Amino acid sequence: MDMLAGKVKMTHQTVNSTMNPTDALERPIRLHAKDVTVHYGAKQALHGISIDIPDRAVTSFIGPSGCGKSTFLRCINRMNDTIEGAKVGGLIELDGENIYDPSPDVVELRARIGMVFQKPNPFPKSIYENVAYGPKIHGLARSKTDLDEIVVSSLRKAGLFEEVKDRLNEPGTGLSGGQQQRLCIARAIAVSPEVILMDEPCSALDPIATAIIEELIDELRENYTIVIVTHSMQQAARVSQRTAFFHLGNLIEEGVTEDIFTNPINKQTRDYIMGRIG
Amino acid sequence: MTDIIPTGHRATLERAKLIRAGLGRRHLQERLFKGFGMAAIALALGFVALLFADVLTKGLPAFTQSNLRLSVTYDPEVIGVDPAPVRAAGQSDADFRAANLKWQRDVALLNWNKVVEASLRAAAPADYEIDSRQILTIAETNARHQIRDLFVADPSLLGKTVTVDVLASANADNWIKGNIDRELGDAQQQLSPAARGLIDQFKANGTISSGFSRSIFTNVDSRAAPAAAGLAGAFMGSFYMMLVVIILAVPIGVASAIYLEEFAPKSRLTDLIEVNINNLAAVPSIVFGLLGAAVFINYLHLPLSAPLVGGLVLTLMTLPTIIIATRGALQGVSPALRQAALGMGASRTQMVFHHVLPVTFPSILTATIIGVAQALGETAPLLLIGMNAFVASVPATPLDQATALPVQIYLWQANENRNFFEARTSAAILVLLGFMILLNAIAIFLRTRLEKRIREGPRNGHARRQG
Repeated sequence: MDMLAGKVKMTHQTVNSTMNPTDALERPIRLHAKDVTVHYGAKQALHGISIDIPDRAVTSFIGPSGCGKSTFLRCINRMNDTIEGAKVGGLIELDGENIYDPSPDVVELRARIGMVFQKPNPFPKSIYENVAYGPKIHGLARSKTDLDEIVVSSLRKAGLFEEVKDRLNEPGTGLSGGQQQRLCIARAIAVSPEVILMDEPCSALDPIATAIIEELIDELRENYTIVIVTHSMQQAARVSQRTAFFHLGNLIEEGVTEDIFTNPINKQTRDYIMGRIG
Repeated sequence: MTDIIPTGHRATLERAKLIRAGLGRRHLQERLFKGFGMAAIALALGFVALLFADVLTKGLPAFTQSNLRLSVTYDPEVIGVDPAPVRAAGQSDADFRAANLKWQRDVALLNWNKVVEASLRAAAPADYEIDSRQILTIAETNARHQIRDLFVADPSLLGKTVTVDVLASANADNWIKGNIDRELGDAQQQLSPAARGLIDQFKANGTISSGFSRSIFTNVDSRAAPAAAGLAGAFMGSFYMMLVVIILAVPIGVASAIYLEEFAPKSRLTDLIEVNINNLAAVPSIVFGLLGAAVFINYLHLPLSAPLVGGLVLTLMTLPTIIIATRGALQGVSPALRQAALGMGASRTQMVFHHVLPVTFPSILTATIIGVAQALGETAPLLLIGMNAFVASVPATPLDQATALPVQIYLWQANENRNFFEARTSAAILVLLGFMILLNAIAIFLRTRLEKRIREGPRNGHARRQG
């Protein structure tokens, strides 16, 4: 009980200490989505989502299970392309370029928009190779020294280097769940993406590992545009500057996190935040 | 909400009673099922044990064979031939070769049976009554070639006496091993009374001894000299076919599976292909033999009885097995791994070759080896492309005539010299089974080794934790 109380208190502190809400609004728009729809076969999963995602801030998507928040997230780096029968409509622009145009290529797009998945999924290779893989396939390292540097700095940025520096050649799958997830984050930032998508990155982790990842997200937003899908409203409140509430495939309300949590305009949003739906 | 399940202390007791009442039946069911399972396993093991006991008891004696140790005298009176040609100064290559060939032909035309007979008589007690034809039935008919070849290789043997080990004939071997009923009358015996008596005396004085039969591994099949029949030709035939299968079926099968599983769009056409591949795996193997005869021999005019054609037919037969097994392995790869690779911006090809294939490699390898082992044991399709021909030479290339191990078993079990070839057949079965067990053992060994290497690092084996 004590721990829970502490967590709630921390929530308030974090919300109060985030950047000035207007600051987040003033940041340039990095991602622009307009009327995005997704069909899985005959079933429509998203009904026209329009949203602007600001540069170098954390935007969180919240909503009950099956509301389409993960589906929309997967549209942003075209991961839905890999699902049989998925059809995406509408427009998503990264820096004014439609990502569903033939150019940029999907491979290039995913190098610019990294992703961290719900369940930590490091490659069954060494820690070093996990982080080095992206730079290698995209040809970002000119030499072995370059690559070493990228690996070390990525692990540092993910706050993992000190814990694994003596066992870089051991398999990434041998780490604890929280470490694995940070390894996945290190792997994602090794290719210096502009945007990082996180699909419930802490749902498989214990509270301590979660707290570490949340801290990390807060640090990363200085350099990256982050979009995070989360089931935990506390987490959304703690880490994000903007929050979007999804329900039944619709974007119900979107705005500065503090406003959404303290003064939602829409009744559905209020009900969800008060715990009446979900 | 209505109370379907009542609560309260009384109700709890009632419920416990109900559950307990059903327990006896549930335990009985479990015991019955376990009993059936164990009975099934015992039955299966019993059959396997029966098979092995039968093959081993019949086949093991064939690995020892009766040998004759003879003192062979190259008597100049019998070997009336000019001395071997010596190359004269100024003689051309062709002339020398022609002279040499003529000499060899002259040597071959000599009556070497006389030399064999003389050697046998030398080993027999003095004045033993036996005629020439009868005494020659003791040594295998290839003995004369063996003795002649020694002379061709070294013409200076003329007039000398050397000790030569030759094989006893199949009948003599049977007589010594007790495969022939000694009580049978002379009319029913293959060997004359004099020959039988001499064999027993040879056995007693050590002229005939029993030793490990190397000929079964080093010789080719033989009808004229059954005791000298061996598996070398069939083994090489099988070996070449395995090579063809490995070179063709493995890359084609694995590549088709990867394409179908990872790249092909799911459409009516790919569904049709999938159904057909599954059906192909169930096609009787003899049908593949007919196909091979029609396509490779009649249409493409590839040579009859060639391991290349056999290998091609077995490739067709093995392909579906490898494709199905490889697809199964690919389907088993967790979607998380694919997503991780694609999410990093890997192309589909990179995802497959960098991540999916390394993980599935052990399963694909095992499936491949088992498919190849299956092909190794296949007989029916080979009969239709002429590989059941009697071939008395070791194939030098996959295009030469050859037979295969399972076909050799088929041929030997039908040999009219049943008494002798029953054991040989079982011995051939043992060689084939040994080969198969070896292949499967390699598959298991590689699989466990590779899986271990993929799953865990060398040091961090037990520290694996889930978040």
